[in-house]
Amino acid sequence: MTRTLFSLAAAALLALCAAPLTAQDTPAPAPDATMTAAEDQGPLRIEITGGQVEPMPIAVAPFFDEGGAGELAGQIQQVVTADLTGTDLFREIPADAHVAKPTAFDDAIAYPDWRAINAEALILGAVAVQGDDVTVKFRLYDVFSGQPLGDGMQFDAPREGWRRVAHKVADQVYARVTGETAYFDSRVAFISETGPKDARLKRIGIMDYDGANPIWVTDDADLVVSPRFSPDGNSLLYTSFASGMPQIMLMDVASVQSRPLKMEAGTMSFAPAFSPDGRWIVYSREKGGNTDLWQMDVATGAERPLVETQAIETSPSYSPDGRQIVFESDQSGSQQIYVMAADGSGEPQRISFGEGSYGTPAWSPKGDLIAFTNQQGDSFHIGVMRPDGTEEKMLTESFLDEGPSWAPNGRVVMFTRATPGGEGTSRLHSVDVTGRNMRPLDIEGAASDPDWGPLLP
Amino acid sequence: MNGFRIAAGAAMLSVLGACAQPPAPVVVADPYAGNVGGPARYTGAVKPGNLPGTVTAADFARTAGDTVLFPENDASLDGAARATLVKQADWLKRNGSFSTVVEGHSDEKGTREYNLALGARRAGAVQEYLVSQGVESGRIRTSSYGKERPIEVCSTPECQARNRRAVTIVSPGTGV
Repeated sequence: MTRTLFSLAAAALLALCAAPLTAQDTPAPAPDATMTAAEDQGPLRIEITGGQVEPMPIAVAPFFDEGGAGELAGQIQQVVTADLTGTDLFREIPADAHVAKPTAFDDAIAYPDWRAINAEALILGAVAVQGDDVTVKFRLYDVFSGQPLGDGMQFDAPREGWRRVAHKVADQVYARVTGETAYFDSRVAFISETGPKDARLKRIGIMDYDGANPIWVTDDADLVVSPRFSPDGNSLLYTSFASGMPQIMLMDVASVQSRPLKMEAGTMSFAPAFSPDGRWIVYSREKGGNTDLWQMDVATGAERPLVETQAIETSPSYSPDGRQIVFESDQSGSQQIYVMAADGSGEPQRISFGEGSYGTPAWSPKGDLIAFTNQQGDSFHIGVMRPDGTEEKMLTESFLDEGPSWAPNGRVVMFTRATPGGEGTSRLHSVDVTGRNMRPLDIEGAASDPDWGPLLP
Repeated sequence: MNGFRIAAGAAMLSVLGACAQPPAPVVVADPYAGNVGGPARYTGAVKPGNLPGTVTAADFARTAGDTVLFPENDASLDGAARATLVKQADWLKRNGSFSTVVEGHSDEKGTREYNLALGARRAGAVQEYLVSQGVESGRIRTSSYGKERPIEVCSTPECQARNRRAVTIVSPGTGV
């Protein structure tokens, strides 16, 4: 059943295609009397920086049913809207406040009517279903400057891939307004947890970034932790206790087939991470009680030590250019974060010097920040800092926050938040890079160890 | 020869748990040896040990204690831990047919992967100490569960302290 579900999702992935609507499809702007006043506003743009930002008011006109769409038109519109408002960068103006009521996708836009309700951006969409295929079109308008923002686009996909199409539409809107790259059409690998705290059952799930469509790629017979996607999202590294000790496994996601990475017998291995080109795996390997960093050539299985000390080295993460590795070590007496050359040359440089201990560094896909877990006494924080250790900023605080993983665009991190006591549980939360918009992920049951995969093609 | 070993084993069983030093040579009668009609006298050193099947893994936990505790973020063995490990080592030396897995654990504070490494460090410390007490290293395998398998599910300091542990699990058979 799991495999069937997954191959359907995979099929949707392969068949989705996008095309800009031709220029002649873009309707001419309606005559616009208030143009001059609007020019002072500058281009439509949200800057994702620090500080309190007022969400941008947007109007999403009801998506038109251009044949056979039925309820799907509304469902797609809902997902597009939820993606955008879920960032807290956009605020939806509810449909009952709309003055203009467009009747067709190609209608001229009544900008004054949208301006009257203070909409800064307007989205028009249309959905058609033919057989097993769905076609979704959208256009984005900058209401105050009175013109389209970018080309309209059309997406064709298998019908069961409709949520991905909705994410693609929202991604286009997000990217055009923020100037950042998109991230909604992505998946998250995670650990689903059931059972009591002292006999937790764990299995690996893969879901849409918003928690929808979870599928299970391992059963809960063996304890598993920390799944990690390959850069292309087609493989998954994880750590299994099936052999009685932690051991890194490599899974082909499409076939759900796993194999252990070949290691010297009797050694534990865990905390794996792929290099950005997918050629290398860096991970922790234990021998005689001591844990060091090792590197493996994925193609040949050849291993070599990267950092060997009498201290614990673990939780490595590559820089997006593949030249450096950030990891944690307790060689100073407590967990701290170090950066080193990915080829093992030179001495690792410590970059964390704030209060408390630092672990689970994750290098942003943008390269500009490293996210980490910080422990100060009895409280845990997710924080970010520059790769040179400057501009440290804590984003969260709780009894136990840990293990940040970056959205593909490097503007949001997802992490595990655990609560104390016998009834304590774990949930996934996300927060944006400025510390705004902390929110739990809406999924059923307990979950931990999120790994945010790449933006899907 | 067989009868001799059984007799020696039975003698050892009666002093189980009380012998940290190799026992004195034991004098036994061997009805299968030569010297027909007369007693056979052996004075060689008898290797201590129980016969397979006469003791169980539960006996290890009851008589030696299977768990040692650790300070926060630490794998050092205090006096209480070392005393337990001396008893574990004695038991393992007497029961050469048992192999063991030492599982290291941590409390729930701390990150998952570091805690796996910390549990491994604790298991390694126990293994090293058992070997220093004369247990063959090949009989001891180590593993770590980090914070995945707490024994206490409450989050008070006392509970956390009981979760920072290494558990020695013995099983019949010499393979590890």
